[in-house]
Amino acid sequence: MILYLLCIVLFSIGLYGVLRKRNLVKIIIGLGIIEYSMNLFFVLLGYRFQGRAPIDAQDQAILTMVDPLPQALVLTSIVIGLGVMALVISIAIRIYEKYGTFDITKIKKLKG
Amino acid sequence: MELHILLLFMIFAAIIAIEVKDLLSSVIAVGAVGFALCLAFLILKAPDLAITQLVVEILCLIILIRATIKRDLPLVIEGRWVFNTISTLAFICLFLFFAWLALRELPRFGEPIMAVVKKYLQEGEGRTGAVNLVTAIILDFRAYDTLGEATVLFTSVIGIMTVLRRPGRIKKK
Amino acid sequence: MTTDSKTGMTLIVKTITRLTVGLILLFGIYIVLHGHLSPGGGFAGGVIVALSFVHLMLAFGKDVAVSKISKNLASNLESLGAIMFLSIALLGFLGGSFFLNILSKGTPFKLFSAGTIPLSNISIGIKVGLGLFAIFLALVLLEKAKKEK
Repeated sequence: MILYLLCIVLFSIGLYGVLRKRNLVKIIIGLGIIEYSMNLFFVLLGYRFQGRAPIDAQDQAILTMVDPLPQALVLTSIVIGLGVMALVISIAIRIYEKYGTFDITKIKKLKG
Repeated sequence: MELHILLLFMIFAAIIAIEVKDLLSSVIAVGAVGFALCLAFLILKAPDLAITQLVVEILCLIILIRATIKRDLPLVIEGRWVFNTISTLAFICLFLFFAWLALRELPRFGEPIMAVVKKYLQEGEGRTGAVNLVTAIILDFRAYDTLGEATVLFTSVIGIMTVLRRPGRIKKK
Repeated sequence: MTTDSKTGMTLIVKTITRLTVGLILLFGIYIVLHGHLSPGGGFAGGVIVALSFVHLMLAFGKDVAVSKISKNLASNLESLGAIMFLSIALLGFLGGSFFLNILSKGTPFKLFSAGTIPLSNISIGIKVGLGLFAIFLALVLLEKAKKEK
């Protein structure tokens, strides 16, 4: 329970960065922190006390394995996160080239 | 107990990454969060995720440093600073309250339900022949998920190629 | 690979890179091929393959890496990986349904086992590795074009 709450606290730090910061790179970093915390939350849900890693061993039967389903879902989610982050960074680079700044309020002013 | 320490370290590094003024220091702090997450996956008995998170974090750091090098600008604080901060913090407190209400309904840490996955654990090796059950799930039982992932990555590559196609023009003053 | 000091980093970095980049590529291929026996698989191995090319580019400059794999070749190979994965999925229709594992399973704990899973791992590895390398190459070539202008 305390671990879940700490994970949600990490999520809300990322949320604070997305909502409150004005630098585009800080917003991207906030998105990254949100992604980390959600991946960790999924894996925490599948953990089991005295569990073994979900890989069969030769010549012995493993009875208690941790839940492999959240791990399989998170494995795809990590790579998708990298692709999304690269896309957002490339958009930020183009914005910097066009306007010469990362500050979102100045970008808004320049447009109007 | 190690997980508590790692999570507190991650929260500390995340606060530094959000609040520090220099952009390069901020990127390095977010790298610290990622490597701590890799250690946490290793403690939680997920070696596949630990390997993937390690290499993805290295590539992500290279791309982020490539984006931010020589381009730092100081954060400007002006206008309705107090009102914005207080409203954001109030929203986050509301979010934490409802998250606490929702978390009480979840199964306790360390005792998952494992209703769906019981069948995979029993029949996984016999029906797929793969020893690594995570690979058996993502490429055999739930391969639709991987197909969707491949589509998303393909779309992301096409989007980056389109956005970065030719040099943009700088707005004249 | 040339050792002229015009582009890239210093001579020490170039020498170490020439020794290690092949090992990193080989380790990525090992991770991809043994995905059904040990931790790893297509995603992690693909990212390691991409990192070996990124390593080459960071040490030797853009031109050497582009002469190995150009941007068009990288994006074409990425599409080829996607088509391979889809055709493995369609191959299941020979046995009755989408994504059916129709090849023989073999004995567990051997390299040639588990039916179509190693083939899927290879196609996912090609797709992820070359796709991420194409992303990085696009980001670098943009900077180069801007400097020429």
